[in-house]
Amino acid sequence: MNKENNLKGWLYLLPAILFLGFFMVYPLVDVFIYSFEEGYNSASQTFFGVGLYNYSYVLHDPYFLQALKNTFILVIITVPLSTIIALLISVGLNSITAVKKLYQTVYFLPYVTNTLAVGLVFMILFKKTAYTDGLANLVLAWFGRGPIDFIDGPYWAKMFVLCFYTIWVVMPFKVLILTSALASVNQDYYNAAKVDGTSSFRIFRKITLPMISPMIFYLVITGFIGAFKAYSDAVALFGTNLNAAEMNTIVGYVYDMLYGDSGGYPSYASAAAILLFAVVFTITLINLSISKKNVHY
Amino acid sequence: MKVVLQNLTKKFPSRNKKSGDEVIAVNNFNFEIPDGKLIGLLGPSGCGKSTALNLISGLIQPTSGRILFGDDDVTNLPPENRGVGLVFQSYALYPHLTVKQNIMFPLQNLKGSARPSPEEMERRVLEAAKLVQIENLMERKPGEMSGGQQQRVAIARAVVKMPRVLLLDEPLSNLDARLRLQTREEIRRIQRDTGITTVFVTHDQEEAMSISDMIVVMKDGVVQQIGKPQDVYDSPVNLFVSKFLGTPPINVFDGAVKGGRLFIGGEAVLDAPGVKDGPVWAGIRPEGFILDENGPFTCALTGVEVMGRDISVVCGHEKNAGAGAIRAIISAEHRPAEGAKTVRFSLKPYKVFLFDHETEARIEVVGK
Repeated sequence: MNKENNLKGWLYLLPAILFLGFFMVYPLVDVFIYSFEEGYNSASQTFFGVGLYNYSYVLHDPYFLQALKNTFILVIITVPLSTIIALLISVGLNSITAVKKLYQTVYFLPYVTNTLAVGLVFMILFKKTAYTDGLANLVLAWFGRGPIDFIDGPYWAKMFVLCFYTIWVVMPFKVLILTSALASVNQDYYNAAKVDGTSSFRIFRKITLPMISPMIFYLVITGFIGAFKAYSDAVALFGTNLNAAEMNTIVGYVYDMLYGDSGGYPSYASAAAILLFAVVFTITLINLSISKKNVHY
Repeated sequence: MKVVLQNLTKKFPSRNKKSGDEVIAVNNFNFEIPDGKLIGLLGPSGCGKSTALNLISGLIQPTSGRILFGDDDVTNLPPENRGVGLVFQSYALYPHLTVKQNIMFPLQNLKGSARPSPEEMERRVLEAAKLVQIENLMERKPGEMSGGQQQRVAIARAVVKMPRVLLLDEPLSNLDARLRLQTREEIRRIQRDTGITTVFVTHDQEEAMSISDMIVVMKDGVVQQIGKPQDVYDSPVNLFVSKFLGTPPINVFDGAVKGGRLFIGGEAVLDAPGVKDGPVWAGIRPEGFILDENGPFTCALTGVEVMGRDISVVCGHEKNAGAGAIRAIISAEHRPAEGAKTVRFSLKPYKVFLFDHETEARIEVVGK
């Protein structure tokens, strides 16, 4: 490789480097710097000093702690549950032949539906108003329970709706990925197992699961990252004042710090964003190390 | 364990729904595979040989007919209760398991009193691995092995549960030419060592002829001929079988019989006593030619291919009805004269077969 060729190579890369540099690397570095600048004012571009005060503030802010708790609950409940349910649905879909296409379409519909529109539907299902208790409470009433206000009521009820909603929204993508993963497993493996008299549970555990493990792993990783970055789902259900509803998420907290009613604090927002990054990064590393043992490529 | 197929038929519904024609993959099979023999199911692609194998394995249910292992009617038994070992064309080794885990897999499926103790399992896995000579590869994953080694693992996995019948689907098609030669000897040896009745499917006639005790030649779902490889080669029942066996393939001529003599073109090349007059297909094996200056058969010389011990004389003939040029294999000690335009042969009568022009069935020549 001579020098001229090297230059040519960089020239080809230039558009991508410029684009990524301006819109990704620079903002990332900037956020990192902001997070250490105390009392940064974006209008005057001034700050008092450099230090860890922003982190200290954020970590002592009850709204942030609430957001952190909400996000963690959301992640821990929705990621495993949605993956397991998606796996069950996919296995079911894969084993039927009649109307398979129809079901695949039905399961994929939520994916192409607008988040806020879905949120509205969930509001109608769960919201308790002066006129009606909502559809969910109607069902609860059959079992002699309720009524519960899922949207403005107790914390666990709101968290339930948020988790339910999140699982419902991420389901189509997971089902799509897993059905195609299942369909791509060579039928010979199943025939070989059948000739050897393998029970269907053992086939699932010893053949199907390892065969599609890369896809499951992909879904878990992206699921974790997606759930940690949840925000619009909460807004769709509980409106923009998430702090008042005790339903804020970390990303929601960052947004509020920048633009919300109590906003205008880019330093706090940056510190919160860096904390989120640290959490996601750590979790992803843990995922990767677990996967080494259990994922078969 | 002898395997008996009685009136075995498998029809598949047509993919073309409008015509509604059924595809008959296996049409009324009736034959018996003797105990402890190695049988080659042979035929061109799409002739139904894999379907026949899957019917024996139980992965496919027949439309009608019966399958017996010994005296047991296994027609309605699921594959796991038939006691068959199946080696797939793709080997179907579980890629995430080691060789040892792969071979042990069928044993671990056994339940109750049939399930061997862990020590017994170890012993049997090792025994199977030794049989196919892979005992030093036990901790490898399939992806870390060559095609030939994977093939052996697949065979070990099929024999570890001591099947009554071993079935191999195109066992050599994924191997390179040298390995194929070596592995087919291996299969023969393993089959002899274990004495398991073995059926294998192939489209390669050389492969089938070289190791089988008996071959079954199929075409379009119909059995054409069953017999010892040499017998089938020496005495094909129809034009298809004669063309399918042998490399280079048999030379076919559009000939005619007149007054008890076979004519190819204008030349009377051979006596054909007792055959009634009319057009015939004349098949002459490449080794059926003898270079003879006074021979009755003339053809236009196009080339000579040297193959060491033998030479192949390539020539053209106006009545050639085969796909390629005419080839005569003769000893390298004789060769056509330098610069000759034509070459003359006399024929070995037992290497010449006559087939009916319409039905393509063999016409027996009296006194041959």
